[in-house]
Amino acid sequence: MDRQLLLVSTLCFLVAVVHTLLALRNGVFHPVRFNFLAIATGFVLQSAFLSIRGHALGRCPLTNLFEVFIFLAWSVALIYLVIGPTYRLSLMGAFTAPLVFLIQALALLAPIDVPHQVRVAANPWLEFHASMSMIAYGAFALACVAGVMYLVQERQLKTHQLHSIFYHLPPLTNLFAAITRLLWLGFALYTAGLVSGFFTGGPLPRVKMICAFAVWIFYGAILQGRHLHRLAPKRIAALCVLAFSAAVSVLWAINFVSQSRPM
Amino acid sequence: MSLFCVGLSHHTASVETRERYALQRSEEALRAESGCAEALILATCNRVEVYVSDTSPVTTEQIARCLTGGPATDPADQGSALYRHEGEDCVRHLFRVAAGLDSMVIGETEILGQVKKAYAQARESGSAGPLLHRLFQRAFRVAKQVRSRTDITRGAVSVGSVAVDLAVKIFGDLRERKVLILGAGETSERTARALSSRGVADIRVSNRSFERAETLAGLVRGRAVSFQDWPLQCREIDILIASTSSDQPLLTRELLSPLVRERSDRPLFIIDIAVPRDVAPEVNEMDGVFLYDIDSLQSIAEQSLALRRQQMTAGEQIIAEHVADFCAWLRRGRDVPASANPIVAQSLDEATLRASQL
Repeated sequence: MDRQLLLVSTLCFLVAVVHTLLALRNGVFHPVRFNFLAIATGFVLQSAFLSIRGHALGRCPLTNLFEVFIFLAWSVALIYLVIGPTYRLSLMGAFTAPLVFLIQALALLAPIDVPHQVRVAANPWLEFHASMSMIAYGAFALACVAGVMYLVQERQLKTHQLHSIFYHLPPLTNLFAAITRLLWLGFALYTAGLVSGFFTGGPLPRVKMICAFAVWIFYGAILQGRHLHRLAPKRIAALCVLAFSAAVSVLWAINFVSQSRPM
Repeated sequence: MSLFCVGLSHHTASVETRERYALQRSEEALRAESGCAEALILATCNRVEVYVSDTSPVTTEQIARCLTGGPATDPADQGSALYRHEGEDCVRHLFRVAAGLDSMVIGETEILGQVKKAYAQARESGSAGPLLHRLFQRAFRVAKQVRSRTDITRGAVSVGSVAVDLAVKIFGDLRERKVLILGAGETSERTARALSSRGVADIRVSNRSFERAETLAGLVRGRAVSFQDWPLQCREIDILIASTSSDQPLLTRELLSPLVRERSDRPLFIIDIAVPRDVAPEVNEMDGVFLYDIDSLQSIAEQSLALRRQQMTAGEQIIAEHVADFCAWLRRGRDVPASANPIVAQSLDEATLRASQL
């Protein structure tokens, strides 16, 4: 039942992707309302899945890689829905939907939904740590998406080749402001998640800690570069893409090394 | 009840010919002279058209005579310049006109306002009856759909508007932006005026002749800056419009590099409309600097026009659907007795007109 909900949710994101692709192919690109509705429906179904899974487990559903991916996809959709209208970046849907679809499709297709061998009792600190970190990843994912949008637009402005999509992207300055806000939001959440990890009561695995701190330092360095105006906006946008790719790899690595211990 | 339009436009007539037909003739006069039931005159700088609905035929010559206020003008003109569209063709033609598909600049939106104004005038004078009312209401709806469902209005098609569009794409809100005009030429003045109309309040003008700088500054509500000081302005400004008659580039990478470093992460948009160019092309390679010369602006204007042409097919599809639907309604009206005919029987009172809106 729960996987069926997820399947329909994935289809919602796929519909948004197909709609965007068709619109782009026809040179007519008005994704705002349709994409928002598709992503909102997908999000509701994701939430239903996580709720059912959470009740079944008796804790936050982050016990295996499958659940981690779904939680990550849910965080991306959540932050899109919350932050999109605020920053008037509704076009983010055009880039968010493919990202969420890919994460969920990968999670559904790969044989990773394996019940954890160790049944761990609910631990509020551990769940806070994991959920904060995941939502932070959602913010970083959207910073990455905004970074891609910035780079696409910057490239078109530099080369003087303006395609249909150019006219639907938010202004460069606003996009950069959104990247900065998303980075700060993600960094704050990630820091909270990291600090709460020390209160979980269990032994702290060294590899996991090193990886987590590496991600924290990477994003901290980007924000420092931004704060001191040492990095041009284009480089910050590129670093957002690079940092998120690295962070996802680290997330995978963390999960790999903690197979014997739920997150 | 027949529906037709007679007219001439930039496609078929020179401006001199259009002028002869664009006399300020009222719809009442036209109805009185031609004896038609409903009439609406659409007169813009690019077209003069009369939309008529009547039970008995009205000839093109009659309409032409009414428009010119006397005997038909040069018969050669009439034969080649005037066109007549009947029934379905008339409906399609109006929908294309309202949607900007028949305009000189494809997709321009000014025409819709002009059609609305012509309709309002005809309605006020009582010349637009139930059929023209329905036809024009539908035309407004079609125009709106074509605009919202296609990219027909997308992109600027003149150098000045391309520059303003690009500025908006880079900065978003232009109200807090600072502009420096280097060289007090006519094109830079037009571009500065376009930026000013979009809210730019801080405009600085620098020219070799300080007097000319002051004159232009007065015209665009800006302030004159000494020509020796213009490079230093690059620390503060967001948009530079260069149009001097210098033989050598005034702004080079070497000159701009230290200034850009002090700008932190604010982009700099440079519009170089001078020939020979005032800004070295390598400047465009610098981070955060976007340089556009006259050729690149022109090229974007042409790209936008090409994009609009591509969108015409999508627009024509929307129009075709509405034409079929409207003509079906028109036929239904013809097939019923006059007493029950929705077109003939409808009175012209306000409530009925509102109710008849499709």
